[in-house]
Amino acid sequence: MPSPRSTARVRIHPLGDTALLAELGTRLDTALNTRAIALAAALRKRRDVRQAIAGAVAVTVHFDPDQITLDALSAAIRRLATKRPPVEEPGRLHRIPIVYDGPDLEAVASALGMHVEQVVALHGRPIYRAFLIGFVPGWAYLGPLPDELVLPRRSDPRTRVPAGSVAIAGQLTGIYPLETPGGWHIIGRTSIRPFLPDSDPPSLFRVGDRVKFFPIPQ
Amino acid sequence: MTPAFDVREAGLLTTIQDVGRPHAMASGVPPGGAMDRFAHSAANILVANERAAATLECTLTGPRLVALRPVIVAVTGADLELAINDAPAPTWVAISLGPGDELRLGPRRTGARAYIAVAGGIAGDRWLGSLSTNLMAARGGLHGRPLKAGDTISTGDAQRAAVPGRGLAERLRPRYADHTLRVIAGPHANRLDAESRGAFYATSFALGTDSNRMGYRLEGPAMRTSGDEPLSFGLVAGALQVTSGGQAILLMADHQTAGGYPVVATVATASMPVAAQLAPGDEVRFAETSVEAALELRAAQRAALDSLRI
Repeated sequence: MPSPRSTARVRIHPLGDTALLAELGTRLDTALNTRAIALAAALRKRRDVRQAIAGAVAVTVHFDPDQITLDALSAAIRRLATKRPPVEEPGRLHRIPIVYDGPDLEAVASALGMHVEQVVALHGRPIYRAFLIGFVPGWAYLGPLPDELVLPRRSDPRTRVPAGSVAIAGQLTGIYPLETPGGWHIIGRTSIRPFLPDSDPPSLFRVGDRVKFFPIPQ
Repeated sequence: MTPAFDVREAGLLTTIQDVGRPHAMASGVPPGGAMDRFAHSAANILVANERAAATLECTLTGPRLVALRPVIVAVTGADLELAINDAPAPTWVAISLGPGDELRLGPRRTGARAYIAVAGGIAGDRWLGSLSTNLMAARGGLHGRPLKAGDTISTGDAQRAAVPGRGLAERLRPRYADHTLRVIAGPHANRLDAESRGAFYATSFALGTDSNRMGYRLEGPAMRTSGDEPLSFGLVAGALQVTSGGQAILLMADHQTAGGYPVVATVATASMPVAAQLAPGDEVRFAETSVEAALELRAAQRAALDSLRI
């Protein structure tokens, strides 16, 4: 008999006629993310699945509708999801140097009612997990952030955020791999570039990797 | 790889595209590829290429190309006033050109993107398994950038002999003039309030001016959603997102690979060619359909392409 925990409900929704979204939960949770990564890996082995991409607590599955129907694949996903996830190998550990001098650092400290030094100390304390790679090339959603640092996104997104900017929003933190628009609070910068266009895969981080930040002087 | 064309004028945005690099989405890289896969495939089949071969995707205003050797080409998709040596020429049909012949695509009459296939397939830089140009990463295609005047376009060697005059009848093409996109209810459809849901299907939207290969901004009634933002998940081309400000966005080929806005609907595969041919200012409507009905339309489009195979 499967344990009660492993029979947690999977909600499956079509994403058009050749993809679906399998949601394992709604909260940022390491165990759920581990299950999402394991489910995506199991699905990628199927001939009728073209892509399976682990989200924070969901898997986006691109399938071949000439080989399997949405209903049949949904049933297969529910069966796979009831299997106990494999014991997770610890992800690779990345140590990332950061200069904490971001344009939003003081506003963040003030919004959180703390000193800049406390923000820096709190941000550098956890070993973060890469919950999801995506949005732009090489972007890793890292978390969970200490509760004390949780803030909504900026109400006024920037049209240009420089590559290497280190930012926080909600329960997450990340490094901008490219210059892009962005609505997160920029608290620092790093010389590390998570997008490696001439490598394959072109992302420094993979889902399940661990990331530790440490401060360096300017 | 053999030079085939001199680029005399580049057009507004002409890029090399094939069927993209969907496996790279796991690293956050947009899948890319031709926006209108039907027109792209048809152009390739008409010149006896594999349907995944690279073509030139020409946006709104096309390029002016001069042939360097005998070539067989086909132009499909948007009607950009194709002319060969200044004389109007037919689209959706294979045409033979000799050295010095000039192929020109002018301003658009209808549609947004024309595809030029050349027997042998357009050559370019392969990045992560695809020749498609990715402008953000500046990789793939012609050194990761659009064509410019003075470039030379080369092709591979033709594997099969192309037959000039082969064409695809209009009745076998998608109904590009019908700007009603078939959509399937999305994972977060129930987050739309009743009024927004009604307006979504009853009202037309206009394509915003900042619409591009990444996505279209849809100007129309504000869409109100409720509930917490979903945690970020993998996105697909055709997904209709609603931002926290109530803006509807339709994701296209170079879409961001993940996001946390609710997806209220997803455009059916068979309607994506029509979506690809929308230009800023065009009106578009949405009609809900089932997965089964969407797959029937998809199968009909594929049968039309299969009818072209020799």
